[in-house]
Amino acid sequence: MSDTYDLAPIAGEKPLILTLPLDAWHRARGGRMVEFAGYHMPVQYEGILAEHQWTRAHAGLFDVSHMGQLVLRGDHAGQALEALLPGAFTTLKPGKQRYSLLLADDGGILDDLIVTNRGPDFYVVVNGATKHADIAHITARLPHGVTLDHLADHALLALQGPEAALALGALGLVPAADPARTLDSLVFMEAAPFMWNGVALGVSRSGYTGEDGFEISVHADHAVALADALLAQPQVKPIGLGARDSLRLEAGLPLYGHDLSPDIDPVEADLGFAIPARRRVADAGFRGAAQLAKAFAEGTARRRVGLLIEGRMAAREGAEVVSDGRTVGIVTSGGFAPSLERPIAMAFIETALATPGTALTLSVRGKSLAATVVSLPFHPHRYVRKGAA
Amino acid sequence: MTRYFTADHEWLVVEGDAATVGITDYAQSQLGDITFVELPTVGAALAKGDSASVVDSVKAASDVYAPVSGAVTEVNPALEDAPELVNSAPEGEGWLWRMTLADAAQLDGLMDEAAYAAHVAGL
Repeated sequence: MSDTYDLAPIAGEKPLILTLPLDAWHRARGGRMVEFAGYHMPVQYEGILAEHQWTRAHAGLFDVSHMGQLVLRGDHAGQALEALLPGAFTTLKPGKQRYSLLLADDGGILDDLIVTNRGPDFYVVVNGATKHADIAHITARLPHGVTLDHLADHALLALQGPEAALALGALGLVPAADPARTLDSLVFMEAAPFMWNGVALGVSRSGYTGEDGFEISVHADHAVALADALLAQPQVKPIGLGARDSLRLEAGLPLYGHDLSPDIDPVEADLGFAIPARRRVADAGFRGAAQLAKAFAEGTARRRVGLLIEGRMAAREGAEVVSDGRTVGIVTSGGFAPSLERPIAMAFIETALATPGTALTLSVRGKSLAATVVSLPFHPHRYVRKGAA
Repeated sequence: MTRYFTADHEWLVVEGDAATVGITDYAQSQLGDITFVELPTVGAALAKGDSASVVDSVKAASDVYAPVSGAVTEVNPALEDAPELVNSAPEGEGWLWRMTLADAAQLDGLMDEAAYAAHVAGL
């Protein structure tokens, strides 16, 4: 695989901001470009509020080509993943996906990611800002006979929203492996290969907005044609990073580098669902297992929670959470929630105060804002699950 | 009625010894959808360059600086329920506050419409 988009910056020079396959496509559609994860990316087109609401009502097209698409190959790739990640991968069936976490030796979170068992191999999508460190970390720890490839020549598009299935369905994708694995047969966290006009697509029913939707991996050479075909559907508009952030925040989904970091472990982050019981033991065989088992057994001092904020003023990353005049936590992401029409935040607070209904105060620019702990997500998930379609 | 502009994208309209202050159309377009405006307190004494107000958009919170020195005499009551007026009419109904003009000589350091247009074009 060629590293087309991953030219290493020359030492001593200002780091290059790189372009993605759809760069000109975004600019031609009025995308306002900003630097994100080392790339030029669109933060918005017509406006964050309108794009957010369009995605919740119809279908939004997101370019997430900055993310790292990796493939792990080898007879024992499932075991290799279980030595790196706290999830269950030897039992992950072909065509299924799982959310997991790349852990440091001390159990801190190096990245969050999605693993797909493609049958012959495992396909892993990691965050853009962390992908090079992830690749180095994983490669250094792979056993003999298991290899890691970076699909740097592939783009990744996400089509999200209640009309995403209708819009993608109109493209007439043809199952490329099992003929029974049609687009409609996929439910949340399932994936299959398809052909579209002679172009190979890797499609999964997943995303990071809380809505039904798909992520589509395509060779960079065909990314513009695919984006054009999707945008030609009446349900679809292009959506920038701004709305991607407000959508994932409402969906209660943590953002790496903000709500997740090497200083945070999965139990604190309330991501225990990603770790099955058999892996919550000190000898589970992955790095950080002992620390994680201890965190599960003894609990943690702090916890990720959702906060509903009174009034209109938003509390953003870094705002202090106060109770009885004492700092008890910190906001890790926050902003105005378009679907709730009020400010919301995610924060890490002392576990004793993490019960829904607890009243707290946020300190924002010298002002005190009243806030209440709530269960996540803020906005209900609308994934298509088995039997629901 | 002359409208003055700052390099930080505030505007100021002077009538006698009073001034109305807001943010420019360019500023609102850069901020995006505005969801809340934190206004100064009536009676507050502002020195030129003080952070007087904060405009909160879906994207970020941004300071609005006092373009001149003076005391706040009035804030725009419509913004409490309709902060989006700053997007739709930034140089009209979406004004932020009114203030006295402590030192008319400070106006000499501000830009006129043509100079501001050139400033924005150079960004």
